[in-house]
Amino acid sequence: MTGLFSLFRRLEGPQTVGRGPGFWSLFAFVLAVALAYPLFSDGYTVGNTVYFLVWVFIALSLCVIWGYGGSLSFGQTAFFGIAGYGYGVLTLNFGSGYGFTLLALVIAVAIAALFAVLLGYFMFFGRIAGVFLGIVTLAVTLMLERFMAQTAGPEWHIGTARLNGFNGMSAMPPLTIPWPGEPIVLFADVGLYYFVLGLLVFVYLALRILMNSSFGNVIVAIRENPERAEMLGYDIRRYQLITFVVGAALAGLSGVLYTAWGQYITPSSMGMTAAALPLIWVAVGGRSDLTSTVVGTLVVLAAFQALTIYGSQYALVFMGVLLVLTVLIAPNGLVLGAMNWIGRLAARFTQRAG
Amino acid sequence: MSLLELRDLNKHFGGLHVTNAVNLTLEPGEIHCLIGPNGAGKSTLFRLILGEHHPGSGEIVFAGENITALKSFARIHRGLSVKFQVPGVFKGLSVRQNLEIALQSRHRGAELDAEIDRQLGFLGLEAEQAQTAGNLSHGQKQWLEIGMAISLKPRLLLLDEPTAGMSPEETHMTGEMVQRLNAGGMTVLAIEHDMAFVRQVAQRVTVLHLGQVFAQGSIDEIVADERVAAIYLGQAHA
Repeated sequence: MTGLFSLFRRLEGPQTVGRGPGFWSLFAFVLAVALAYPLFSDGYTVGNTVYFLVWVFIALSLCVIWGYGGSLSFGQTAFFGIAGYGYGVLTLNFGSGYGFTLLALVIAVAIAALFAVLLGYFMFFGRIAGVFLGIVTLAVTLMLERFMAQTAGPEWHIGTARLNGFNGMSAMPPLTIPWPGEPIVLFADVGLYYFVLGLLVFVYLALRILMNSSFGNVIVAIRENPERAEMLGYDIRRYQLITFVVGAALAGLSGVLYTAWGQYITPSSMGMTAAALPLIWVAVGGRSDLTSTVVGTLVVLAAFQALTIYGSQYALVFMGVLLVLTVLIAPNGLVLGAMNWIGRLAARFTQRAG
Repeated sequence: MSLLELRDLNKHFGGLHVTNAVNLTLEPGEIHCLIGPNGAGKSTLFRLILGEHHPGSGEIVFAGENITALKSFARIHRGLSVKFQVPGVFKGLSVRQNLEIALQSRHRGAELDAEIDRQLGFLGLEAEQAQTAGNLSHGQKQWLEIGMAISLKPRLLLLDEPTAGMSPEETHMTGEMVQRLNAGGMTVLAIEHDMAFVRQVAQRVTVLHLGQVFAQGSIDEIVADERVAAIYLGQAHA
């Protein structure tokens, strides 16, 4: 019981912006709006909204590795792709009966995490850090993209699942929850919306607890000064590796949800543009805070989507401008900057009132 | 049994012989100062003891155990701790959180909070606990880092220029702090240029010059040694 209490206490702490009744009332309000939203919309629009939520997980993965851990990974899309293709191969081979799609989700995420263990081991225990970490991870994701793009021939298949080269895999079953009577198939509709929203709330709160725990303390300590952290007796490479694997699992979750949502995945999901975009969402929002990352990602994605109507190249240019402006005006992120500003304002107000 | 023993330690950086057959023994409970002109190899010696550099040859024995091949964090677990030359605090985090990170592996929950408060009191940083560590004055940063280093309850504390950038009063207070820690049973090895500090705390002094142990003795013996004065004035080869 006390253990549970101390877990909940970790929802607030020095590593996360937002505390007290004010913040949690706002959180409850936003959650209530999100829960009620499908009642005021149609299934098609709600299904499209899921698309935005799906990307938040890869943004959070970068927030953890880069914002909290201080290691810039340019290749989170590698884990996105591995898990996405993993889900496709598994479900195309074994179908969706008996809740297998949910097991496939877990297995696909685990495969991405396992790959991260291998890659992370060589990077962190080989003392690769700073910009070189970004180069290695980017090279990995581009390599995977190139590799998958040349798997068009019929000889490229795993079981009955054809990899299909540049056109990508498609027609895998959506997530399906076994249910007495009839299984619930989560097409890109209201059902999937609630499923992904639930996952997002769970991941967000779990990450808040993790980052405010003693583990999170060590992670930010390594970001601030790795030498000092090691000289306090922490095996920093192990902590970096664990952080990297947690991040990879989150990116993998994004990949599985994306694949299950659209029932398709292509090599370009691991390409240069795909790899760069999460960096922009996270940098613009505020990489060193979970809430800023979630809010920033959703806002930037919505703006991007709106602009894409006028042409996707145009929208990409806008993304570049946005990144430059962020770096110049609010290097810690626009959302985080705004939240800190509101916090200071509120503090001054309560001080005056008191 | 001696606490730390350096046996014939050698380290080259390219053609530069920065640590040249150094033999040094620390007895438990002593305050030992390491002095010498710039480039004598003092900080390199610290890095060898801490495992940030690995010696070309020689052995490092700590409390009877050969730790030459151990990783840095493992040496810390054996009972070593260090305050770096350039204050190594976590600049973006609060003073309190800095101490929490140092203390959290041995304390939990309410006990951890109490221990942080106790440490803040010992360092005289209670009023600054919510401040970002990067905003502290240079002297306060030094104290905070010393506080983090001693939070590990080390058997041997390594201090690399603990009073650099401090006023004479602050230097004196730091000396008293070191003596209090020593009275509690902590062995201290300090690199220091400030002779007032060395005179205040050192029970034994080792002079390092061109990577070699040049002289060793009490502070009075070292001050009286004309050869030591000569190397400080740059006349060793004259």
